[in-house]
Amino acid sequence: MRLGELASELKPGADVLVLNGAPTPADTLLQDKDICSLIKVGEIPSALEMERALEARHNPEFQHRFKRATVGIMGLGGLGSAVALSLVKIGVGKLIISDYDVVVLSNIHRQHYFIDQIGLKKTIALKKTLVRANPFVAIKTLDVKLTEQSIPGIFGDVDVLVECFDNPGMKAAALRAALQHMPETGYIGASGMAGYGSGNTIVSRRIRPRVFIVGDNESDVQDCTTLFAPRVGIAAHHQANQVIRLLLGIDKE
Amino acid sequence: MYINCNGRQQPISDTTTLQDLLRELDLAPDNVVAEINTKIIDRDQYETLRLSDGDQVELIRFVGGG
Repeated sequence: MRLGELASELKPGADVLVLNGAPTPADTLLQDKDICSLIKVGEIPSALEMERALEARHNPEFQHRFKRATVGIMGLGGLGSAVALSLVKIGVGKLIISDYDVVVLSNIHRQHYFIDQIGLKKTIALKKTLVRANPFVAIKTLDVKLTEQSIPGIFGDVDVLVECFDNPGMKAAALRAALQHMPETGYIGASGMAGYGSGNTIVSRRIRPRVFIVGDNESDVQDCTTLFAPRVGIAAHHQANQVIRLLLGIDKE
Repeated sequence: MYINCNGRQQPISDTTTLQDLLRELDLAPDNVVAEINTKIIDRDQYETLRLSDGDQVELIRFVGGG
């Protein structure tokens, strides 16, 4: 029997035929013990269909690692909202997202919020968006103002902790908390992404095993004109990419 | 007396504190994580901790924006 024939029988109209973790042409002959997933565009997938689709895109071994992972995100502004969205899209198993603030108009220019969310708590607004992107990620929200003292207890069980604060004092405090009290946890901070300088100067700099700082290390929002969505986005996706690398066992030393 | 600060030799006196060093380098103490001889220093020690000859100091300075 060919894959397309099976699809016609079990799920007429299926657009994406996945065989053993990879998208496969319909005329492929099926073998004993093959694993198939049949996905129809426009249909809300089940959790299993979503998982199979992500396995097909990323490869099953990677996807299993992502699914087992818990990532903490401190701050849900320009960095944190973008990091969170990127990680739910790839299917990280659980996110713990934390911010005490509400969405205001001046956030919209660079943060993943929408006009109709102005006034909502960032944790609530972002979770609504994240769930639309992938409803099968567990998302715990914390509407709290984090401190150097509270961070290790709150994020003690995460595999990777991402620092997405705006305030440089909190960036330093969070790194200190992680280095002193969370030595086995992956940590990705950020420093320097303001303005419209070259995107090529945003880097992920390893400062310890499993500890990275993303940014150009100098473009301060106080000195540059402001934060622009594109350059902040570059930094955010550097952070998200580094999360992936750590979850896949790369860059642990 | 000298310390090694982020890979560079830095002269100090026998009374130089970590806070003095940061002031000399024009770094805001709140925005800096400091490690001396592989030990991360608590923030409330910056003003009182005296540096010693030969100390290996690493400073990580953060700027704002995110």
